[in-house]
Amino acid sequence: MPEPVTIILNGERRPVAAGSSVAAALLTMGVAARRSVSGEERSAVCGMGICEECRVMVDGRAGVRGCLVTCRDGMEVRTNG
Amino acid sequence: MAERAEIVVVGAGPAGIAAACAARECGRSVRVVDENPHAGGQIWRGELPQPWRTRWEQAAVPMQAGATAFGFAGEQTLLVECEGRAMEIAFERLIVATGARERLLPFPGWTLPGVTGAGGLQALMKSGLDLAGRRVVVAGSGPLLAEAGASLLAAGALVAIVAEQASFRQMIPFLGRIAARRGKWTQALRIASALRKTRYRAGAWPLSVERRDGALSVTLRLGPRREVIECDYLACGFGLLGNTELAQLAGCQVVNGCVVVDEHQRTSVLGIYCAGEPVGIAGVESALAQGLTAGYHAAGREDLATACTPGRDRGRRFQRVLAEAFALRPELKELATPDTIICRCEDVRLGELAGFLTWREAKLHTRCGMGACQGRVCGAALEFVAGMPAASVRPPLVPVSVGVLAGEQ
Ligand SMILES: Cc1cc2nc3c(=O)[nH]c(=O)nc-3n(C[C@H](O)[C@H](O)[C@H](O)COP(=O)(O)OP(=O)(O)OC[C@H]3O[C@@H](n4cnc5c(N)ncnc54)[C@H](O)[C@@H]3O)c2cc1C
Ligand code: FES
Repeated sequence: MPEPVTIILNGERRPVAAGSSVAAALLTMGVAARRSVSGEERSAVCGMGICEECRVMVDGRAGVRGCLVTCRDGMEVRTNG
Repeated sequence: MAERAEIVVVGAGPAGIAAACAARECGRSVRVVDENPHAGGQIWRGELPQPWRTRWEQAAVPMQAGATAFGFAGEQTLLVECEGRAMEIAFERLIVATGARERLLPFPGWTLPGVTGAGGLQALMKSGLDLAGRRVVVAGSGPLLAEAGASLLAAGALVAIVAEQASFRQMIPFLGRIAARRGKWTQALRIASALRKTRYRAGAWPLSVERRDGALSVTLRLGPRREVIECDYLACGFGLLGNTELAQLAGCQVVNGCVVVDEHQRTSVLGIYCAGEPVGIAGVESALAQGLTAGYHAAGREDLATACTPGRDRGRRFQRVLAEAFALRPELKELATPDTIICRCEDVRLGELAGFLTWREAKLHTRCGMGACQGRVCGAALEFVAGMPAASVRPPLVPVSVGVLAGEQ
């Protein structure tokens, strides 16, 4: 098993499996990616860039589809971004 | 930043890889863009099987990963977004190999976290989602269900049931087709032996799902009965739909959800080809044959292109068998209640859409389909549930920030 990498999720350091996408890491941790316009929790659905339910903020960039981004050491991820 | 290549390929799935290799092997300058971090598309996901791995490595086609094609600037310039920046790529010929997505249908609870596509959960698992010991219900329709069920089991998930909405009788021609093709046997046996560890039920579909005590509680219809199953994930997809939006934006003719092409994969727009699932859902072998055809033809080798067409036509026939075997039953149109969200991006409920005859009208009044996914989920859902024909495609294909567009000018 390769060493896990550490992402900074909403300000907290969290280890995630190396090579994991941001969306897969959030689902594994049971953390919702975003809240919908009426306040429902949402997380990844399609896993391939279509549904936009996995949108988060990555290193200050908003609206990034977490299923298309691989976690890197020190990457800052904010849900609801 | 402007780049240029003789042949630009959008999508690095089997079709795009085959097209790029063929064109490169003929000595053309080729560029590939794909929004996923790895080449391989939905089936290979970064792990190309032989002989394609070697062929792709040898062709050494420059590929921009994590880059989304979202529109055009003029007739021969593709607009691409990559890490928040826009890029222009000028081309002489364009090969659209954008693949397919799952059809997701609305039912009460389908927006809950943990409810995913069937191939969707498989994709998330392949990109790191840990499913060991997690309880999964697989539901929906199509050969992908068995495929997903088998690979989720192999990843350590406890697959409670695979619920296929089509009746067993409806699937017989498809099963006969698989039995008639030696190449498909090993695959079919592998899946069948994996699925022996679970329940595969035809004529079964989800009615609703709710969250109870941290788990999902799925109500399934199993023939005449109902059954409630507790699980962590409900992986549910109702077949595949070609991603035709980019081709549509380019002005290519699309009929019944399929990009229209000739025997060499040429679309109705001069210099633009289309290969793989946007032309019709026909599986990986057909995607490869179509990709080769498009790549050779775009490179000016009509002779080589023509030699690839038998594989393509086999796939086409398979496509018809597939569509009939897994046609969606009308009961699925009745699952959503007036309170069920249809447009997940804007939280528009079915009840709010009553009275509108076209999707365009509904969009103007309710914002349905105006959100981030640009109607790529709710469009197909509405077409099936309410018989509303899809609205036309508008640029950009994906939400691109004003900054990206401004940087563009
Ligand atoms: C979720 C899912 C899972 C699947 N799993 C299996 C399986 O396990 N077994 C099986 O036999 N078949 C599976 N299939 C079917 C399989 O996809 C096809 O048989 C085959 O891979 C089609 O190849 P393709 O090249 O046409 O498309 P794809 O493999 O889908 O490749 C298309 C590529 O285009 C890219 N793309 C799309 N739009 C853009 C854009 N605008 N900009 C940049 N890039 C873009 C995508 O990122 C993707 O990599 C699956 C399909 C889906 C949707
Ligand atoms: S999970 Fe659908 S876009 Fe990321």
